[in-house]
Amino acid sequence: MSIGIERVEYVLHLADNALILGQRLGEWCGHGPVLEQDIAMTNIALDYIGRARMLYQYAAGICSPESTEDQLAFMRNEWEYRNLLLVERPNGDFAHTVARQFFLEAFQMDYFKALQHSGDATLSAIAEKSIKETAYHFKWASEWVIRLGDGTEISHHRMQEAVDALWPFTGELFCEAPCESWMRKSFDCPDPAAMRSGWSARLQSVFAAAGLEIPTGNWMQEGGKTGRHTEHMGYILAEMQYMQRAYPGMEW
Amino acid sequence: MDTENMQKAMPTLSFEERIEKDEKIEARDWMPEEYRRTLIRQISQHAHSEIVGMLPEGNWVTRAPSLKRKAILLAKIQDEAGHGLYLYAACETLGVSRDDLLRELHSGKAKYSSIFNYPALTWADMGAIGWLVDGAAIMNQIPLCRTSYGPYVRAMVRICKEESFHQRQGYEIMLTLSRGTEVQRNMAQDALNRWWWPSLMMFGPGDSDSVHSLQNLRWKIKRFSNDELRQRFVDMTVPQADLLGLKIPDPRLCWNPERNHYDFGPIDWDEFWNVVKGNGPCNRERLSDRVAAYENGAWVRDAAIAHAQKQRSKQVPAAS
Amino acid sequence: MKDWPLYEVFIRSRSGLNHKHVGSLHAADPQMAIEHARDVYTRRMEGVSIWVVESSRLHASDPMENDAFFEPSQDKIYRHPTFYDLPDEVKHM
Repeated sequence: MSIGIERVEYVLHLADNALILGQRLGEWCGHGPVLEQDIAMTNIALDYIGRARMLYQYAAGICSPESTEDQLAFMRNEWEYRNLLLVERPNGDFAHTVARQFFLEAFQMDYFKALQHSGDATLSAIAEKSIKETAYHFKWASEWVIRLGDGTEISHHRMQEAVDALWPFTGELFCEAPCESWMRKSFDCPDPAAMRSGWSARLQSVFAAAGLEIPTGNWMQEGGKTGRHTEHMGYILAEMQYMQRAYPGMEW
Repeated sequence: MDTENMQKAMPTLSFEERIEKDEKIEARDWMPEEYRRTLIRQISQHAHSEIVGMLPEGNWVTRAPSLKRKAILLAKIQDEAGHGLYLYAACETLGVSRDDLLRELHSGKAKYSSIFNYPALTWADMGAIGWLVDGAAIMNQIPLCRTSYGPYVRAMVRICKEESFHQRQGYEIMLTLSRGTEVQRNMAQDALNRWWWPSLMMFGPGDSDSVHSLQNLRWKIKRFSNDELRQRFVDMTVPQADLLGLKIPDPRLCWNPERNHYDFGPIDWDEFWNVVKGNGPCNRERLSDRVAAYENGAWVRDAAIAHAQKQRSKQVPAAS
Repeated sequence: MKDWPLYEVFIRSRSGLNHKHVGSLHAADPQMAIEHARDVYTRRMEGVSIWVVESSRLHASDPMENDAFFEPSQDKIYRHPTFYDLPDEVKHM
């Protein structure tokens, strides 16, 4: 067996995160709370789709000469996707979308900085680009957490509710999957557990400004990184894969 | 300023003279009330069309068949949001707020381009919309870059510049389909069949039936008549369809060497007016989607304002 | 609740150039206005710097006074270099 298998799985984990979140953000297109935010959210979605493409292209290159970015993105089965459960959570109301983004970006702030120094040159280059995008996405998400948390009674309530609802899906961010540990040992890729203190510090400062409470529950849902997903995943794929499944092998 | 001074300071050229000289009218310049009303109606209709137009394409973002197409489609729809925004802003220089305009859209009082009341059924519709609908829109819009109202001109210049990729990406989708498998060619032909006539209707009623045409031409709000632009669109599009190997669904379509134009069959204006009146296949969905987005976003907009007010009151030092 | 106020947006397209008015947009606060301007007006690498100002804070000359404001400068052609006739031998002045 080639030594590439863990690497492929690792790259797919990052790629699937980017694609599924980009897909979710794309659902907002045309339905945002205000025109300016429609444009802002599409920008974020485009960053994610762009990142997914770079990662799938890289993975396809390692997999086999016939493999393509679209095959990896559209033709795998549900249990072969390696994205976090967090990113497949439905958009819900605007507060849920903001909370989902915030939890992930707060994690990625340090993660991509660390990945930039990995021994895998392609990943390091993708990380370098992602650092800048993440800085902006984090700013967007944290400002909205604060606005909604601090704004009105209704928005405060909705923001807290979203944070509470998504909380059980944050634990998985810090669990190291086998491919991650292999990549850490072989290429000096980051240990997700090491991101926790930076993540918590960001949460504390933003939630304090927003007047929100950090949930205390510590029973966490996990499984996405190893291919065990929530019920939502099937619907995401049914929609996302529709064309490639209905008309296999065609150019678009 | 008192009235006597106003009299003295009246611009040397009258409004009509300025229009005649191709001078641009700016937001704070004097203008006839009817000119202002016409502009508000036309620009806001255009703005509404942009944001309603996001919906049929938005339906396909999550189903786009490749990552590249997904990114392009998202970027295109995002541009449409931007264009709606530029146009609402141009309208706001005339003294109406975006929220007023949205309320008119949501109540069904304001119109938008009827083309978006047709459904986007297959992926080929993303091609046909880009090629035909954006093509027709560009044909309408390019002359508007020379319209008489300054803020409208500037919005249109920006829009036309950004839209240049929209039609091309649509045509490229059609090209890929027409060079693909049989099922893809059928998909492309079916999309052309459904979008052709509504695209011709986008130029509005024939010149003899258009109520606003003449005065709008005189004020240089419009620069060409509906029928002129429609003919130009047909002349341009027929060879493009030939290149795709697709058949335009009009048995009367043929080249007329005497006129140096294509002749084409009669447009079903009954259908047009029915769709305008709200009886199109998707009028209700489109409007209710827009209303839902607006209403579901109200608490978000309120929260942002409330937060901004709290921040401001924190910054202001206590009054001495 | 009130609508978000309107902001005017000015973009410097590259360093060395003036900020130029490009349009307007709505935002709840100035920081949001800058971010909206980034998303709306610099999607195609149009800018390196953004200014925003609440439209209601902008003061403008009155077009009704245009004659009084701008016409008096029209007859002062001696402010322009072409007003002066110099012999051809004097180059580059």
